[in-house]
Amino acid sequence: MTLLSSLALHVGLPVLGLALLLTLVRLAKGPTIADRVVALDLLGTLGISVVGVVAVAARNAVYLDVAIVLALLSFLGTVAFAAYLERSR
Amino acid sequence: MSLRDLLAAALLLAGVLTALLAAIGLLRMPDVYTRMSASSKAVTLAKMCVFLALALEFGALGVTTRALAAVAFVFLTAPLAAHAIGRAAVALGVPFAPGTMPNEMPPREPASAEDADP
Repeated sequence: MTLLSSLALHVGLPVLGLALLLTLVRLAKGPTIADRVVALDLLGTLGISVVGVVAVAARNAVYLDVAIVLALLSFLGTVAFAAYLERSR
Repeated sequence: MSLRDLLAAALLLAGVLTALLAAIGLLRMPDVYTRMSASSKAVTLAKMCVFLALALEFGALGVTTRALAAVAFVFLTAPLAAHAIGRAAVALGVPFAPGTMPNEMPPREPASAEDADP
């Protein structure tokens, strides 16, 4: 275990977990549905960062493909959510 | 510990802390539009830093190419997603924060086109 991977494991992942918790707070209390969509978008985006940090922590480049697919799905989900919201008023 | 490792560690830390800043911005900003602005821009930078740290850490041609492609994809799609959410919020009639000065979107209901900030 190199210094970089232990840094990713012991500093990167806890900080990202804290960020995910703060996002979940906004997701729970967001006054409008648009706030919740923004929070969901940030959750998906933070998930991509988590996968990237996990790739560094595990020293395995396969996780990079996971991050790319997650980025694609998160973008499509957010745009679909926004289009549905805009049409459904 | 080589210079490359040091640079990768700095990029990783910068990315992770910027992601935390994005979450704090999402929690603390006053309305949807500022929240979306803060979170989408900061987290784009965070993802770029994490992917570049990954590319530096592995240093292989395939990994670097995929990481750069992922950065390009994120830079192309993140503003689109934020713009779509912002448009949807305006269409839903989500109010702006009281201190908002320029409102360049066409008003949905008559009046309130030129509110002056007192």
